[in-house]
Amino acid sequence: MAGCQCTQAAGCPTVSGNFTRLGINIDNYDFLIALAGNPNTGKTTLFNALSGLRQHTGNWPGKTVVRSEGAFRHHEYKYKVVDLPGTYSLLSTSEDEEIARDFILFGNLDCVVVVVDATALERNLNLVLQVLEITDRVVVALNLMDEAERKGLYVDARKLSRELGVPVVPMVAREGKGIDQLLQTVEDVVTGRLSTRPRRIDLDPQIEEAVQQLLPHLKNLYPHLSNHRWLAMRLLEGDRSIEDAIRNDALADPETGSTVPADEEIPELEAALEV
Amino acid sequence: MPASLADLDTGQKARILDLRLQGLERRRLMDLGFTPGTEVEVVMKAAFGDPIAYMVRNTKIALRKQQAEQIIVEPIS
Ligand SMILES: Nc1nc2c(ncn2[C@@H]2O[C@H](COP(=O)(O)OP(=O)(O)O)[C@@H](O)[C@H]2O)c(=O)[nH]1
Ligand SMILES: [Mg+2]
Repeated sequence: MAGCQCTQAAGCPTVSGNFTRLGINIDNYDFLIALAGNPNTGKTTLFNALSGLRQHTGNWPGKTVVRSEGAFRHHEYKYKVVDLPGTYSLLSTSEDEEIARDFILFGNLDCVVVVVDATALERNLNLVLQVLEITDRVVVALNLMDEAERKGLYVDARKLSRELGVPVVPMVAREGKGIDQLLQTVEDVVTGRLSTRPRRIDLDPQIEEAVQQLLPHLKNLYPHLSNHRWLAMRLLEGDRSIEDAIRNDALADPETGSTVPADEEIPELEAALEV
Repeated sequence: MPASLADLDTGQKARILDLRLQGLERRRLMDLGFTPGTEVEVVMKAAFGDPIAYMVRNTKIALRKQQAEQIIVEPIS
């Protein structure tokens, strides 16, 4: 067990078992995970507890606009963990949202941990559902359970998990409570021992048909991506940042370079870009 | 003449009836918690009433006056 470097008044979050904080030693990791969530849900507190680093927590004017990276070892696996900027949505209408969204979309993540505030679930679940549209490798960290209890709120984590189709782990990140179970659950997801069935919203049949028309073209253009359905939905919604990314070839596979042949026109895609 | 969020005074509460916006702008405000049926309270107004801070679903969110004018509400006395 590595020496604990945190200086929080609450003391050092305790994590039992085979766990080592590795700070910024992020080379040669086995799995990449990210912490997403609304602002002020305890993402950075959890990040610090996992990595042993000391990023700013609480409401401070600088905010996390860049993402911080750290590492830890748990059981036989080494993890790189990324603390994403807090956002209410992944629509990419601000720099924070764009960083968080691009990382969840294109970051090749093994798991997204969405940290939610148990005292404001209604607000927090909006982002959870958006993340579930993009990836099924999701674990929900139901944080601030102490605050919920103080306010007389009881949150049924098992029922929430059944309804969302992904694991939900109750936590008090500031006291290190629930971190053991979170790490075990993340391990189950990244190793494929646990498969999730994320709740997704049924589309209107007409929109579903339009999505189905776009899908083969997007799959053909971007074989290296895994979220074609999400891309198709954003295109139909008229999302400028996605339209631009397609026009500028920003979604091309970095390994093989450009994917859109300059002289080839795809009518369905052109039509979607025109909307 | 229905009221908009921008018409309310500091400390006043209202319930959202409708958003007079379409597409991404509408979606953006809904993601911030401004959905029909939700209760909102004005917590602070900047000089000249722009921006305005609202308490909505347990969180303080500031809106430009121009956005607040598009959110139709029913004041709660
Ligand atoms: N009561 C309580 N406070 C917490 C908990 N986790 C984090 N906090 C506090 O919540 C505030 C926001 O935490 P932070 O990690 O900066 O949130 P972030 O914006 O999501 O990165 C800080 O003051 C933390 O000390 C928790 O489980 N219980
Ligand atoms: Mg933070």
